[in-house]
Amino acid sequence: MGEVSFLDVSKRFSLRVDGEVHHVQALDRVSFTVKDGEIVALIGPSGCGKTTALRVAMGLDPSSGGRVIVDGREIHGCGHDRGMVFQHAELLPWLSALQNVMFGLEMKGVRGTTLRETAEKYLELVGLRDSQNRRPHQLSGGMKQRVGIARALAIDPKVLLMDEPFGALDAQTRESLQAELLDLHARTRKTILFVTHDLDEAVLIADRIVVMKAGRVQEIMDVPLKRPRPDLGIVRGMPEFAETRYKVWRAIHDGATVH
Amino acid sequence: MVDVTDSNKATVAPAAEPAERRPLPRWMITLASIAVVLILWEIFGRQVNPVFGSYPSAIAVAFWELAITGQLWTALYDSLRPFLLGYALAILIGVPLGLLIGGFRVAEAALGIYVTAGYAMPLVALVPLLILWLGLGFAVKVAVVFLMALFPITINTWLGVVAVPKTLIEVGKSFVAPDTVILRRIVLPATLPYIMAGVRLAVGRAVVAMVIAEFFTTISGLGAVIINSANNFDTATMFVPIIILMVMAIGLNWLIGFVERTVAPWQAEIAGRDRE
Repeated sequence: MGEVSFLDVSKRFSLRVDGEVHHVQALDRVSFTVKDGEIVALIGPSGCGKTTALRVAMGLDPSSGGRVIVDGREIHGCGHDRGMVFQHAELLPWLSALQNVMFGLEMKGVRGTTLRETAEKYLELVGLRDSQNRRPHQLSGGMKQRVGIARALAIDPKVLLMDEPFGALDAQTRESLQAELLDLHARTRKTILFVTHDLDEAVLIADRIVVMKAGRVQEIMDVPLKRPRPDLGIVRGMPEFAETRYKVWRAIHDGATVH
Repeated sequence: MVDVTDSNKATVAPAAEPAERRPLPRWMITLASIAVVLILWEIFGRQVNPVFGSYPSAIAVAFWELAITGQLWTALYDSLRPFLLGYALAILIGVPLGLLIGGFRVAEAALGIYVTAGYAMPLVALVPLLILWLGLGFAVKVAVVFLMALFPITINTWLGVVAVPKTLIEVGKSFVAPDTVILRRIVLPATLPYIMAGVRLAVGRAVVAMVIAEFFTTISGLGAVIINSANNFDTATMFVPIIILMVMAIGLNWLIGFVERTVAPWQAEIAGRDRE
């Protein structure tokens, strides 16, 4: 139901640097599939195209070639079948936490009592029911991103797309949000595609890791860690964690596959 | 406070907590500043021939005389009507115009140059032409105020739209908000601080425009009081409307600040600055 497929997706754009036009191949025939209910991490050095891939999937940037299929349908532009979580939450500063969640719902056409009730339900889900009337600047970084996640989940998308969602948070907050995300996933079974530059995060959270380099898919790796993963501290101590982390590190750094 | 290495000191009653040094409230500083300026003006103003200058107490007397004859209130009313109408029109047209120019590439390319040029337009030079079009009465005064106030409001709104973070617009897009909804619910609130700054800047220009209009068209209102008393070498009376206009500008500025804090409270909170 919530399957996402990239089929030979390419993206070129032009940059003007010192009067010279450079053509950048941000994505070069990228193909991979995120299965229903699966969590896939996109990882790679900066400029590898991972964020571009996510933005194309969201419909924020058009591709120059290929197709993205979500739930059996080719995407054209943005849609309510996908929910986006932005890197810096990007809450509307003039709205309260609740109103921010309601904003997404209103855009989907939800009205009346359902609107408020649904928004409250999702704030509850991320543990922010008590702070629902605070405006973004009265929330900590972690709380903001929780609201961002609630806003995206509230429209009940088939797929959650996350762009380095915890990259801007401090280490402790990041760890608790990673655990919460896994918990949310266990409860909602959403398909999640997320971009990260954090090796640990990719291995801890994902079922599979897509390593990208220079606009291409370098390698796709399975994470041999079972779900549920209720205690990420224990996961960190598992030999499979260290092994997978090392494999991904190798793939990013010299492209050499380790077997 | 307790020094453990010295037992004597420990028994001494601790000195009263040093009073927390509170910064002086802004209004106190402002009042003090006004007092100093008035006193200095009074002292030095009295040395000058009353034709060439005046001083606060003489101006106060002139104010009283204008006030009891009712002349001042009639003049103020005559001035305020075109001022408020022209200024209100400038906001009503300037803000949507700025949103349009900032929000749409075509509008920016087609209209932006006129707004930029219009801001620098030597309006005084155009007043005779406006008189030919609109006559000498109320309409031309409204037009002069409107034209002077319009451009700072439009330009600021335009700049505000251009400065809206792209990611906030992408939030709207990602939830499939139509362009009109993005404009109304994301661009407009994000632009509000800029709009309010433009509305503030326009106050000063609108006041100047009002006086210019009263000088060059039918001599009326506060402008007439200025001209008539100047012609009679009654410098003290001449200062009355000038000071009233300045006080009015300050009052409007304060009012706009109040409106801003009411409609866009998040801005002051984010900036973290106590504007009281």
